[in-house]
Amino acid sequence: MTANQWMQIIAYFVVLLVLAIPLGSYMAKVYENKPFFLSKWFGWLEKLIYRVCGVKAKQEMDWKGYALAMLLFNIVGGLILYAMERLQASLPLNPAGQSAVPPDLAFNTAISFITNTNWQFYGGETTMSYFTQMAGLAVHNFLCAASGMATLMALIRGVIRKETKFLGNFWVDMTRGTLYILLPLSLSFTVILIQQGCPQTFANTATATLVQPTSYDQPVTNAQGAPVTGKDGKPQMTHVTVTEQPISLGPVASQEAIKMLGTNGGGYFNVNSAHPYENPTPFTDFLELLAILLIPAALCFTFGAMVKDSRQGWAILAAMFLLLAPMMYLCGQQEQSGNPLLNKLTVGAHGEALGDGNMEGKETRFGIAGSIIWASVTTAASNGSVNSMHDSFTPLGGLVPMWMIMLGEVSFGGVGSGLYGMLAFVILAVFVAGLMVGRTPEYLGKKIQTYEMKMASIMILIPPLLVLVCTAVAVATGGAGTNNPGAHGFSELLYAFDSQSNNNGSAFAGLSGNTLYDLMGGAAMWFGRFWLAIPVLAMAGSLAQKKVVPESAGTLPTHTVLFVVMLTSTVIIVGALTFFPALALGPIVEHLKMIHP
Amino acid sequence: MLKEIGTQLRLSILFVVVFTVLIGLIYPGISTLIGQTLFPRQAGGSLIEVNGKKVGSEIIGQPFDDAKYFWSRPSATSPYAYNAANSSGSNLGPTNPDFVNTVKGRVDALKKADPDNGAPVPMDLVTTSGSGLDPHISPAAAQYQVSRVAKVRSLSLTKVEELIAQNTDGRWLGFIGDPGVNVLKLNLALDSLK
Repeated sequence: MTANQWMQIIAYFVVLLVLAIPLGSYMAKVYENKPFFLSKWFGWLEKLIYRVCGVKAKQEMDWKGYALAMLLFNIVGGLILYAMERLQASLPLNPAGQSAVPPDLAFNTAISFITNTNWQFYGGETTMSYFTQMAGLAVHNFLCAASGMATLMALIRGVIRKETKFLGNFWVDMTRGTLYILLPLSLSFTVILIQQGCPQTFANTATATLVQPTSYDQPVTNAQGAPVTGKDGKPQMTHVTVTEQPISLGPVASQEAIKMLGTNGGGYFNVNSAHPYENPTPFTDFLELLAILLIPAALCFTFGAMVKDSRQGWAILAAMFLLLAPMMYLCGQQEQSGNPLLNKLTVGAHGEALGDGNMEGKETRFGIAGSIIWASVTTAASNGSVNSMHDSFTPLGGLVPMWMIMLGEVSFGGVGSGLYGMLAFVILAVFVAGLMVGRTPEYLGKKIQTYEMKMASIMILIPPLLVLVCTAVAVATGGAGTNNPGAHGFSELLYAFDSQSNNNGSAFAGLSGNTLYDLMGGAAMWFGRFWLAIPVLAMAGSLAQKKVVPESAGTLPTHTVLFVVMLTSTVIIVGALTFFPALALGPIVEHLKMIHP
Repeated sequence: MLKEIGTQLRLSILFVVVFTVLIGLIYPGISTLIGQTLFPRQAGGSLIEVNGKKVGSEIIGQPFDDAKYFWSRPSATSPYAYNAANSSGSNLGPTNPDFVNTVKGRVDALKKADPDNGAPVPMDLVTTSGSGLDPHISPAAAQYQVSRVAKVRSLSLTKVEELIAQNTDGRWLGFIGDPGVNVLKLNLALDSLK
């Protein structure tokens, strides 16, 4: 990797830290229901929402009440979104005349957007109307992010409260998270994005006259639409000349902003943030990258502030960083070295020149550095947006995003869900350490007992189970729809169910969807989200009822370097042991075949 | 319990409706209002007009394969290259034989258009971009084509290089991202020379 690439990486992490610290303490104020400047200006709106919906803001919920509200809300949201997709042809704001989304795809997409996954078996500009994009998909980009943070807040309250069963009010957490965190951040970000070149319009697709007309060959079809074969047995082709370029537009910027900030990642366009209208300049690329990790990183500081021990937040952040940084280096090193099969042709300078390295599927304005930082960060967080095509990465370069997702989306992870997933690993690490020294494990003054361990184990075991079973079913049923032969085709399938089960949403996008994948993926996303969120709330309820154990000489401190190493190893060992055989069949064997053809 | 479910269900429906209005309609509405007022050109897609006719967008690439133009990067959009209503990458894997052969074909086409040029072909000029709509090529890819374009158009090398420099978008703050030459703007500048 070049000196410039190192500088870009270092600048990224430094600026991220500088922004995350103040945001973290701000968010603590929001969820501790303390007054602050925005609540003074928009308190009336918050109260109005409570009045219209009938929220009893003062009434707190126990864990079952909280879980019930969270689940019902997500089911209702999913059903409304499904209906919107199915009915979009008769709804307003559909200038391009998109037809109804087919049932299995609508099912997959609805679950995808309520679970913060944003897996897309469709191309945005060719499938969704403006209305579905902004009043359906973008709304859930906000709400599922707020829902993730709300669940996290219930867990943190479970840790800090004692001898109570109450964990806060779900509706209040949802409203405050959306109103005071996500909306102001998104609105400011939108304005910058528009200034840089993201469209924000309700006008229909524009048409431009090409400077140089182009042409392509189209297969001839008969009246029934079947291809016609010529005398030589090959399909007949006609030559079509194209003189105009249709340019899809829409309310892109407002959706782009929340898509990045809420670790959602569902692109307005098919190619997501590689599209010049979603990510026009190196400046927007840098900002969008920051937006991916901003809230997940800041939540570590929120956690530190709420448990009144900032070292706890720093320790978790350090573990998250340690999981990410070496993988980012591996990805960069592989992509910059390029593809040896191409280097044999007289291509490229075979070194570190600009525009060199594995440029297939990458944009010139981001180059190798901008693409590899994105690939590793978007999969560390459960964002899943892409600014380059992971499917075309070198085998080991493409292993990196796959691996980051396999860790269970806990290295930063989703907004809220990343930190609560990491806290499950913290409990596992504390438990393992407790076994080593023969003491009852405790975390932040709360004893960790059988019940907490059961819940943490469920959270850690469900995603790998979903990934491996779904991939096995896909392979056993013939593995249809892959875009590449051999090991790489297997990688496409593995990546698809890895991504959906862990609610990431990025893809080896060559894989095309079918009814089986739509339905299986939809189920994987649903269980991957809520079968983790419910144990979190159950654990929160149990922790809240416990007494606080005073710290003693036998207490394992959870803010030390030793503990950070312990936590990082726990995450890696669980990830590696579960997935190594699958990785060996996919990217690793492809890498070996590439270097020894 | 059933009563509780009923209450929460009613709340859920109202909540989704209220927030659909707030963030599904009011938020994009305000964004559009701000965008169209402050930055109407960008909000409309940064479209370029020449003599009252739309000829493209500043930030969306177009296909070029005429020797008198700078060529853009290959594009994987269908059914034709640079279809800006259907963005797409190739999603071809690095060891896919089809991919390696396609790249080989592109190398040959570039060499055929400029047989005297012995320089190695820049990587970005023979690989498809992520979006299929990349407006840029690397400075090396522009440099590779200078002599061909200058010869066909009977221009001096310095004149062409000057136009390249004028249509190069640099890094942000001098070190973020990679520099790129905007192909559509460069070719429009060449056409307007006459």
